[in-house]
Amino acid sequence: MTEPSRTGAIRDINGPIVTVDLPGARSGEQVKIGELGLFGEVISLAGTTAVVQTYESTDGVRPGEIAVGLGFPLSVELGPGLMGGIFDGVQRPLEKIALQSGDYIRRGISVPALDRARQWEFEPNEALEPGAKVSGGLVLGRVQETLTVTHRILVPPGIAGELEELAPAGDYDIEASIARVRTAKGHILKLSMYHRWPVRRPRPYLRRDDGISPLITGQRVIDTFFPQLKGGKAAVPGPFGAGKTVVQQQIARWSNADIVIYVGCGERGNELVDVLESFPQLDDPYSGRKLMERTLLVANTSNMPVVAREASIYVGVTMAEYYRDMGYDVVMLADSTSRWAEALREVSGRLGQMPVEEGYPAYLASRLAAVYERAGRVETYGAGSGSVTLIGAVSPPGGDFSEPVTSHTKDIIETFWALSKELADARHYPSIDWVTSFSGHVHTAAQWWHKEVDPNWERRRTAALALLARDAELSRIVNLVGPEALSDAQRWELEGASLIKEGVLQQSALDDVDTFCSPQKQFALLDIAITIYSSGAELIAIGVPVSELQNLPILAKMRRIKSMYTSDQMNQIQAFRGEVNSAMGEIRIEYAKQGEPAVS
Amino acid sequence: MSIKEYRTVTQARGGLLIVKDTPGVAFGDRVRIEDYSGGIRNGQVIRAADDAVLVLVFEGTDDLDLEQTWVRFLDEPVEIALSPELLGREFNGLGEPRDGRPPILSNLRRPVAGSAINPAARTYPREFIQTGISTIDGLNSLVRGQKLPIFSGSGLPHNRLAAQIVRQAKLKDEDTSFSVVFAAMGVSYADAKFFRDEFASSGVLRNVVMFINLADDPPVERLTLPRTALTAAEYLAYDLDRHVLVVMTDMTYYAEALREVATAKGDVPARKGYPGYLYSDLAEIYERCGRIHQRHGSITMMPVVSMPSDDITHPIPDLTGYITEGQIVLSRELHNQGIYPPVHISPSLSRLMKDGIGKDDTREDHPRVSAQIYALYARAQETRNLASIIGADELSERDRRYLAFADAFDTRFVGQGESEDRSIEATLNLAWELMSSFPRDMLTRVKETDLAKYYTGTD
Repeated sequence: MTEPSRTGAIRDINGPIVTVDLPGARSGEQVKIGELGLFGEVISLAGTTAVVQTYESTDGVRPGEIAVGLGFPLSVELGPGLMGGIFDGVQRPLEKIALQSGDYIRRGISVPALDRARQWEFEPNEALEPGAKVSGGLVLGRVQETLTVTHRILVPPGIAGELEELAPAGDYDIEASIARVRTAKGHILKLSMYHRWPVRRPRPYLRRDDGISPLITGQRVIDTFFPQLKGGKAAVPGPFGAGKTVVQQQIARWSNADIVIYVGCGERGNELVDVLESFPQLDDPYSGRKLMERTLLVANTSNMPVVAREASIYVGVTMAEYYRDMGYDVVMLADSTSRWAEALREVSGRLGQMPVEEGYPAYLASRLAAVYERAGRVETYGAGSGSVTLIGAVSPPGGDFSEPVTSHTKDIIETFWALSKELADARHYPSIDWVTSFSGHVHTAAQWWHKEVDPNWERRRTAALALLARDAELSRIVNLVGPEALSDAQRWELEGASLIKEGVLQQSALDDVDTFCSPQKQFALLDIAITIYSSGAELIAIGVPVSELQNLPILAKMRRIKSMYTSDQMNQIQAFRGEVNSAMGEIRIEYAKQGEPAVS
Repeated sequence: MSIKEYRTVTQARGGLLIVKDTPGVAFGDRVRIEDYSGGIRNGQVIRAADDAVLVLVFEGTDDLDLEQTWVRFLDEPVEIALSPELLGREFNGLGEPRDGRPPILSNLRRPVAGSAINPAARTYPREFIQTGISTIDGLNSLVRGQKLPIFSGSGLPHNRLAAQIVRQAKLKDEDTSFSVVFAAMGVSYADAKFFRDEFASSGVLRNVVMFINLADDPPVERLTLPRTALTAAEYLAYDLDRHVLVVMTDMTYYAEALREVATAKGDVPARKGYPGYLYSDLAEIYERCGRIHQRHGSITMMPVVSMPSDDITHPIPDLTGYITEGQIVLSRELHNQGIYPPVHISPSLSRLMKDGIGKDDTREDHPRVSAQIYALYARAQETRNLASIIGADELSERDRRYLAFADAFDTRFVGQGESEDRSIEATLNLAWELMSSFPRDMLTRVKETDLAKYYTGTD
């Protein structure tokens, strides 16, 4: 596949943009720049000159130095050994780089992503006999990559033929040949446990399917109010300090995906370290194993070179597709797509391209759409159904959602979790604003909830949102004329909305009891809060003064119960429902006895 | 190594020179420029082509001519000499002495550009720093290796606050003091003098390195100054095992200098004329702080960002907020009420607080006290708005309680003396005293056990 390399000379260095004289260069081709051997990628061609964007700082590079065209595009290595690792924006393993170059990343360092020396215990696919027809995506065998993840070894896409030989069970390194395939033309191909794939080309699949089941994240405001399907596309926009990173990390921690790929794209180094240090300690609520065993990190922190930032999203999504092709549900989190878009803008600015909105190039919208389109639930060639769920954080300047990246993203995605500065300032976390957020998947998710949890889910959800909408309306009146102007029924609506906000929507990531909330607990909390509200509303209708209800101890308990009992202590939560019913029942009996409406 | 001189300058404008016929000059190299009067200036190659180079002149291009300007390419990056002698000294943005004493002599020279810390080599910062300021320690705790900017406005006491933090910062139960790297970009003479006097009078001067570029010094020099200062900070932290506190003031002037040069270069502007790479450029500076595996020292950063027209959505505070681990926001309203330090807690935030506080670090109830105070204060602010419309007399008893809380909180918790060094226990006890004006039932963010232990109200 690889063509022989060609050499040329450097003409001009303008930051990460280097112009080289390189006849025969191809757009997208990898180029080695200068004596330092910095890697880059051809982004435009004119005559014999090629413009190359380099993934590392070009300090010290001189015009006249050598440039080598490598003949292949930016590709990643796909095989066992990825899980649990941390890679940079061009898939260099950062832990190994630290061993070689110390605490700082030295330039021009080249380390393959996958460990060549490590032996993996390969188990061949029993169903395959020599002579069998094989083609891209077919499972040749498996390797236990981590205790959680079984890595299926696939025939690389684009290869088809007759299986000549499949290696017996045993320990192999990733370069060892584990299968031989005779193609239609009679060539014999040796397959190993890994292959390379160009990151800018989506990996093929048999066909696209609709999403059917929600991605359960253990976060009430997401699962219950704005659900996301496996294979869906979501965006989390928010100004700084609104809690984007915590939302993303909570999803990475608690979602019921098989694989989580976390791409730190132009964000803080310390946040990635937080994941690196905490995930090996945290238990996956589904498998009971450590979270790091199903997690892979791609890190291009904000101080790392900007061109590799542009590449990091593609590197991440290609690895996500690879695990999808094994039949897994993969969640990829990109924090933040705004930094990725800014990297596009920076390169386009250096190329002198005509800016359209706020300096962004005209192709921003199409590039964004193309990245998000790599999400989806698909029928794979050989491993059943798999999905990539793509969740992108957006960092709008000044928190202005009308800026180009947020508005283009909003057109593409299906679920929008809008973070609000006001909620964050009041320390209402997660600060997902129920007014501006939306989910296009409520109907599909409802089918799952009705079957798995409770047939009243959609009704309760609608009731809660209606109450919150009433609350917004009434709060405007209160702000104008004060709460005294409201009727008892209206004040009870405010109280009800406040129960939903504090007892259901608010969920602290730092609270060990409540950081993960099962669908059953989510529904119970919502149901009890709505029950308190609606039975209270009935009592007010028969003349019970609102102040009597406001003094009920069950209200304080409703706000606290989420942190009192874990998802495993459903009995205690159901017992609270009993307390609610008897407290309300007592008042009802009392007022029925009096037989007359009380004065409010 | 022979160093050639070129007299082929073809353009000079806005701090930039274009020099023709310069084969093989390396990108990023240091340049020495001699003008017609024999004066020496420093520069850096910011674009290198095979027939011409673009040079950024730190001292600016004023008073240069094209004929009698000699340019030398020094074949080395912009570097600074490092030795323990740095402490107690004062330099300009290029690391040249400003205090009239001789330059630092050392074989150890490092490029000021630095390189990116490998994320895999970082350690998550989690050691609580007690600043003695209640709004920071109690609600927005600073930890070692964090970058926590002060967002301020013109006329607000950010310098006094920064100086107080420098004086008081220490690890809980430890007496190790911080070495301080002070980087001043485009500040007034009076501000620079304020800090110099502060350091001298509090006796920390021999533990301070100052890098100063005044408002009337060349703006281009501001572009290297924070990098030079951070190279010194990295040396102190990782070579000499010290805990370093870097105070940088004012990042707004830095960004304005960057815009000035970007405009002269003809870069495509993004927002408010700032170049699209402002984020990456600021990140190169801010991300140099942190903690690294197996290194004893640390770099904690407190940049001062003055918000033009008090606008927190201006690109400079905005992009800063996206990079730093929180922010301390000063409020003109509190300042006008005579409250010092006028920290507005609602928009203030410390992202690294969660792992530096609690049972083993400060006190067990700390995280919940912080959450509770925030919730009460948010509600109290709404009540204040309401009171300003319908009058305080019209409020319910419950709302009046919030109002009283907000006033007591502003004057007693936020307000404190400039030399008042509150321990974290004192801060938390004060918080409980204020919270105890509410009945237990209304304190839903704290645990029953916290209430049993610390609640002092009568209910």
